[in-house]
Amino acid sequence: MALLEIEKLHRNFGGLQAVSDVSFQVESGQIKAVIGPNGAGKTTLFNLISGALAPSSGTVRFRDREIQGRQPHEIAVRGMARTYQNIKMFSGMTALENVMVGCHIQGKAGFLASMLHAPWTWPEEKAIRRQSMELLELLEITDCAHIEATSLAFGQQRAVELGRALAMKPSLLLLDEPAAGLNIYETAEVGRLITRIRDLGVTVLLVEHDMSLVMDISDEIVVLCYGQKIAEDLPAAIQQNPEVIKIYLGE
Amino acid sequence: MMKRVLAILPLLGVVVLVQLVTSWTGTQFYLTQMTMAAYYSLLIIGLCVLMGYAGQISLGHAGFFAIGGYLSAALTTQNLMAHQEDGVVRLLDAAGLLLAGHDLYGAEFLVVSPWLAAIIAVMVAAIIAVLIGIPVLKLKGHYLAMATLGFGIIIYRLVLASSWFGEADGISGVPPFVLLPGLVVSGESAGRVQNYYIAWGVLLLGLFLLLNLIHSRVGRALRAIHGSEEAADAMGVNVSRFKLQTFVLSAVFAAIAGVLLTHFNGGIGPSEAGVMKSVRYVAIVAVGGMAHLWGALIMGVLLNFLSLRGVFGSYDDAVFGLILILIMLFAPNGILSILARKKTQRVLPDSAEG
Repeated sequence: MALLEIEKLHRNFGGLQAVSDVSFQVESGQIKAVIGPNGAGKTTLFNLISGALAPSSGTVRFRDREIQGRQPHEIAVRGMARTYQNIKMFSGMTALENVMVGCHIQGKAGFLASMLHAPWTWPEEKAIRRQSMELLELLEITDCAHIEATSLAFGQQRAVELGRALAMKPSLLLLDEPAAGLNIYETAEVGRLITRIRDLGVTVLLVEHDMSLVMDISDEIVVLCYGQKIAEDLPAAIQQNPEVIKIYLGE
Repeated sequence: MMKRVLAILPLLGVVVLVQLVTSWTGTQFYLTQMTMAAYYSLLIIGLCVLMGYAGQISLGHAGFFAIGGYLSAALTTQNLMAHQEDGVVRLLDAAGLLLAGHDLYGAEFLVVSPWLAAIIAVMVAAIIAVLIGIPVLKLKGHYLAMATLGFGIIIYRLVLASSWFGEADGISGVPPFVLLPGLVVSGESAGRVQNYYIAWGVLLLGLFLLLNLIHSRVGRALRAIHGSEEAADAMGVNVSRFKLQTFVLSAVFAAIAGVLLTHFNGGIGPSEAGVMKSVRYVAIVAVGGMAHLWGALIMGVLLNFLSLRGVFGSYDDAVFGLILILIMLFAPNGILSILARKKTQRVLPDSAEG
């Protein structure tokens, strides 16, 4: 059973078919990439998977359960985390606090217990803080822990965002252009990081424009164009695929 | 938590100092307005969590204050002598939930005890907050402001139109509220010092609870919603539920403030439910810096005290309107942010070296 199964997924905005009849699967332990020219429907596809958008038709199965049309927070609890193309940092919160929000689903403390600072919430709070610090260490941004996240350098914000997603202990991580806005060194660094995340047991599905990164780290690649899947194959085969070459280089 | 307790201690010191100074200088009449300002500030710190931390605006919080105040006033002044033989009244009496006595003219009265009235009033406010909040909190920005404004107007017109709520006269003759034996909320001048401490005790307790809240898992979730609703949702934060719970919490704070101030004042009038009151509360939260409980509390006490002392004269509402405009123009992050900005400017060169 694949971790994520997408079947005949459709989404239209008015008359525009943003995603049409897309099906593919993501196996546990894979790094799978979705590529395609601008406006191919990649981010829409991500929004359909993570619950930010409901599909017009089709199914999304995650860990053997249909999740299409569910709220994002319900899907998050089932073990799916995502990042955004335009990093959505929580402003007014430090890097550490941002990552701690990622631990939200591990906690139980509600309004009353929190207001009373009930003793039974202390261990939970301590564990959340410890894990978040460990993630900052893993991402080598411990120095930034107590700095407001929005005032960090772009690359560091990317790292915080990744930490936030990893804090959810996801089984599937969706990365929307993790290398956007990074220079070649930082991009290579992100590539190593994604491989490491996969080795930690997290399945990765990413959208990315940087071809060298995609070819480097992906196990399989799906190519979208005008909302339709036109190819799905191993990186080497995708590079040779005449249709893909036509899209990217023109005739 | 100790940090929070320690942070509140200096404020407690100031509270005691103010009381001592007024008693040495024979200016204890100031304590009356300090008491009232403390109750208004209880509403304001609750609104601060809703606006500054959960990022939701409410232009209807005077409505929740009025629900608390008016319900407890109506219940504790409605004479049940004529219904003495009714089953419900007898049941309440047997349970010790009624208050009997003689009014100024010697006539016997039998009313709902303030404790029961207060609990009913606050629960009704909470239930109304849930009913209003479920549809309204789906709205954003201006639309939410409009919808809550509509709610505020409805409450205002309801208390003005209903004879049960005394129409334009409001309700007077509200009995003292015996919180505990010896601890009485009332406006008698003999109990002025005691009431000052009760009000400030309640306010500081409220502040303590809210400080705990914002430094917890729930507080982080609220601030995350404020930062990016979409990302918070994707992280498993049930955004609509957290918004609703915060709305209800702030409504409960407002209702408690309404109940206590009504017993302190011995009555309540329709101006307490007015839209201008709601605007004033929003203005004070904005002056305090939105996401700044201490700022909200300090500004709440200061501005309400000045207003109650009549410093702004008949321009009272105009002053709060002006404050709102000036703050939005020159210090959208609150008065305290101007001071904070100066501080960071001084710090920056140092940290740049390191």
